[in-house]
Amino acid sequence: MSTKVVERKPLTAWERSYVPSILGGLGVTWKHFKRTAPFLGNKPITMEYPEQKWVVPEGYRGAPYLVKDQDGATKCVSCQLCEFVCPPKAIRITPPGAEGQPADRANAEKMPLEFEINMLRCIFCGLCQEVCPEEAIFLQKDYSLTGVSREEMVYDKEKLLKLGGTHAGVQKWKHKLEEAAEQETFPVETAAATEATK
Amino acid sequence: MSATATLPAPAAVPPPPPETVTVKVNGKTVQVPKTMPNWQGKPEPTTMLQAARVAGVEIPHYCYHDKLPVAGNCRMCLVECGTPMMGPDRKPVLNEDGTPKIARSVLPYEPGTPRGVIACATPISPGMEIYADSPATHQMREAVLESLLINHPLDCPICDQAGECKLQEYSVEHGQAESRFVEAKVHKPKAVDLGPRIILDDERCILCTRCIRFTKDIVNDDALGIVNRGSYNTISAFPGKAFDNNYTLNTVDLCPVGALTSKDFRFKMRVWFLKETSSVCTSCGTGCNITVGAREGVIHRFEPRSNDAVNGPWMCDSGRLNYKWIGRADRLREVRIGGRRSNWSTALREISGKLSTAPAGSVAIVASARQTNEELYLLKRLATRLGAITDSIVREGEADGLLVSADRNPNSNGVRLTGMAYTEAGIQLPKIAAGIAAGTIRSLIVFGEDVTAHGLDAGLLAKLDLLVVSDVLPNPTTEAATHLLPGAAPVEKRGTLVNTKGRLQKFNKAVEAPGDARPEVEFLQELVEAVAGPIGTATIEGLFNRMTAEIAGFGGVQWAAVGDTGITLSL
Amino acid sequence: MDFLQNLDPTVQFILFSVVKIGVVFGVTMSFVAYSVLVERKVSAWIQDRVGPNRTAPPMAQFVPILGPFLTRLGIFQPMADGLKFLLKEDFTPSYVRKVYFWIAPAIAVIPAFLTLAVIPFGSTLGNPGNKMVIADLDVGILYTFGIVSLGVYGIVLAGYAANSKYPFLGGIRSSAQMISYEIAMGMSVVSVFLLVGDLNLSKVIEYQAHGGWLVFKQPLAFFIFLVAAFAETNRLPFDLPESESELVGGYHTEYSSMKFALFFLGEYANMIASSAMMVTLFFGGWTLPFIGDPASGLLGGLLHIGIFVAKMCAFMVLFIWVRWMFPRFRYDQLMDLGWRRFIPLALANILVTALVVAFVNR
Repeated sequence: MSTKVVERKPLTAWERSYVPSILGGLGVTWKHFKRTAPFLGNKPITMEYPEQKWVVPEGYRGAPYLVKDQDGATKCVSCQLCEFVCPPKAIRITPPGAEGQPADRANAEKMPLEFEINMLRCIFCGLCQEVCPEEAIFLQKDYSLTGVSREEMVYDKEKLLKLGGTHAGVQKWKHKLEEAAEQETFPVETAAATEATK
Repeated sequence: MSATATLPAPAAVPPPPPETVTVKVNGKTVQVPKTMPNWQGKPEPTTMLQAARVAGVEIPHYCYHDKLPVAGNCRMCLVECGTPMMGPDRKPVLNEDGTPKIARSVLPYEPGTPRGVIACATPISPGMEIYADSPATHQMREAVLESLLINHPLDCPICDQAGECKLQEYSVEHGQAESRFVEAKVHKPKAVDLGPRIILDDERCILCTRCIRFTKDIVNDDALGIVNRGSYNTISAFPGKAFDNNYTLNTVDLCPVGALTSKDFRFKMRVWFLKETSSVCTSCGTGCNITVGAREGVIHRFEPRSNDAVNGPWMCDSGRLNYKWIGRADRLREVRIGGRRSNWSTALREISGKLSTAPAGSVAIVASARQTNEELYLLKRLATRLGAITDSIVREGEADGLLVSADRNPNSNGVRLTGMAYTEAGIQLPKIAAGIAAGTIRSLIVFGEDVTAHGLDAGLLAKLDLLVVSDVLPNPTTEAATHLLPGAAPVEKRGTLVNTKGRLQKFNKAVEAPGDARPEVEFLQELVEAVAGPIGTATIEGLFNRMTAEIAGFGGVQWAAVGDTGITLSL
Repeated sequence: MDFLQNLDPTVQFILFSVVKIGVVFGVTMSFVAYSVLVERKVSAWIQDRVGPNRTAPPMAQFVPILGPFLTRLGIFQPMADGLKFLLKEDFTPSYVRKVYFWIAPAIAVIPAFLTLAVIPFGSTLGNPGNKMVIADLDVGILYTFGIVSLGVYGIVLAGYAANSKYPFLGGIRSSAQMISYEIAMGMSVVSVFLLVGDLNLSKVIEYQAHGGWLVFKQPLAFFIFLVAAFAETNRLPFDLPESESELVGGYHTEYSSMKFALFFLGEYANMIASSAMMVTLFFGGWTLPFIGDPASGLLGGLLHIGIFVAKMCAFMVLFIWVRWMFPRFRYDQLMDLGWRRFIPLALANILVTALVVAFVNR
């Protein structure tokens, strides 16, 4: 490694007496004191948090919750990519296994038996949302999560789905199902073909 | 790849150097043998794919497999190549600098120029040049992948193959980022029950026919075929015939995509979470090499590990699925003295105290041919010190002519080599029974076997002063034990085994043993050292080297020489 | 009052002393509590924050206007702090040296209060003989230095007893720092006594009542004393014994609950004692330029006490304000300042003062 010698300017006698620093420190502290202290006629600029709440902006990365699709079905298919990508390992998914309950919407085959997020571990980085191929998990606007025990802070599937709400998205599986249903008749009549015959 | 380490090397005449052909791969000149072994191991003209491998270039492929007949239907291995140009006078046309002029395939194709060829089925010729990295080759791969993906459902999130899928890998490496296909995809049956252990997803299938060729040519069970035409091609089992031979799960490994998936592994765990450990299957005497997939101490699957000297790339379904007992809830996990929970130090102190004072001939040891060589060696040391009578137990089944061996013990040869049993295992058992009945045998040590099923019934065992039993699962013998020592399953420890053909192989630890259970080598070493004096080594490597030095049958082989695929002993 | 006047002088003395001790102790304790609040509020304002403004007993909300106002001011915060210190788990780690670990907080806090015994915090109250000082010692200042130097033992012992590296380093630093600055401090006041000619602190005030405040006559001595006081009380910019960024918490890292609170108490009591000393030695104690005679009535006595307390408060605010003005000194800078700047300066000051006293003031 190369070293770069930085020239240190020797302090003048005035500087070495600490006086300029003392005056500087006094100036800075007084400036702030003057514009904050209430008895000098200042109004507090601090937001009084629990009483006043700030407006959470769009795109805010709060707590990650699972969402349901337009029909109220679980969107998550237990692909475990979020579990894999999660830097603090806050997510734990129990896959359904071969005998598990199939997905509660046709075609999707799979949904998690259990989906847990340890909100004490979660760092709200949003990688789970970014990696999710099913648009099933979103960082939402909750930022104040409280509980009285560690166990309580591990949110299970039920809780996450309840908090998450609904998000229709691209509806991939529904479209697949419709496409497949159109092919029940032979020759295949696609939407475009039906349009043409009209 | 086919070269197997053999011991000791016979002083044979070195084979004549193989005839070679010179080809160029990506501009690099390589000498390639003229013939190479085909899927059956017979010499056949070397193909471009094999030649590229010799040069260290891997050409992507789906339908081609080393151990299956070449089909050439997926077109993924298309490469651009060139051959020396011949003049009308049948002499090579030369460049100005005197090198042979190469007739190279160019795009767009013109009649008369060589075109992209499938590397898996095209033999090489002298002077051939393979352009595995040229723009034309890349364009061909891209087009083939696009065509394969036209009707692919792209449901990786719910596909068990995701993470080890060649379609995913090649799409990343050679494919396009976006689909240009705007029409409706062809929808085929999903989650078809193909057999008792296999689920087929026809939409994901790329029709490479690896599974068909495997079951027809390797297992001789012509159960699968393709039905329907064009885009509606689907893999199907022969009508009225289930795909249920003992090797069906190999098609899951073979399937380059997620069309064939295992029912056992279905939706159990994503493959990228699995910690893979090289191990050996202990379900029979063949000793197939396996890879254990485990996550956080839970075994999720066994997969065959390629070893041409033992199992090739295959293994049987029964061995593959024989892992569920490892996580059973009734595993022995407590040290017990007289049925009460105790601890290792107390139990080992009591046992060694009693054994040290036992008169010669009053101790019998029943070892198991499921134990590792190191454990057997330690038991042998104990037996020698105590003058004990020893035996092990035979476990026979039916051989299937492929991989399943008639000997269902994984280490019968190890038992013989270490001298825990004579050439015929089991002949000493009646003597032990008689000795116990007569009261001359007062102590019995049993490892991993239920002796009540082999002539030593509970009444006899009750006569003993000391009955040390080590096992992993409860049985009537463990019930009767005065000292019960919980042992470890093969995936929970390290060691070596010798298969029926004398292949010495080692296996590694994949998960931790439950509760107080410990690998047998650990506590046996403590016990043997307390009774018969120090051994002088504390590691499994040291123990192995000590054993091979002492026992002639092992031929002095060192642990380091065993390698991942083992070494063949001359028995 | 007659009943009191008729008592035996000895009994009277003991009675008054006990009352004075009680009052001084109580006042100091609440002073400590509220100087913590002031510190928190002032630092909040300097840092553009609000500071403690929530804590209140349940009934405070029923008092109109005043209740919320006091709550916002944080008036009830010290009560909550005190309660917290009392109720927190008193944890003694397994590896500490138990006896010293328990003794150290007491040793740290006692000297701070003992120093206050000799401070004349007022002239007289009611009776002309009733001096407003607990112990009117003739060797007042020597007593003070003797006691103050004991304070370091608490800290060193705490660092040693914790049997852990950060407290140990904190203890070591603290002992070196206190010993170094005690010399400069002691020498700075020698010149004061050269002028006054007496070691009794009441006499010092008497001198100043008529001869003007000593801060004008001995500015250099005051300056050295002020800086040394910062170092002695482990306040920024000299808080190396407990510098959080390097030593976690310094000597009190392993302490919790009331034992920690005692160190905390000790630090603030030390600040109060130092402020009182500075007021007494350099700012005329209870006097003002136009109030110099001992009070004759009860009201005058209370006024004098008020003056004293007001001056002390000014110094406390200085202590607090300076904390946010400076970064922490490096250890070598600290030692350099103490040994190579202040001690020679103090010596020179003594010499000059002595010469002036010898030849000019004769």
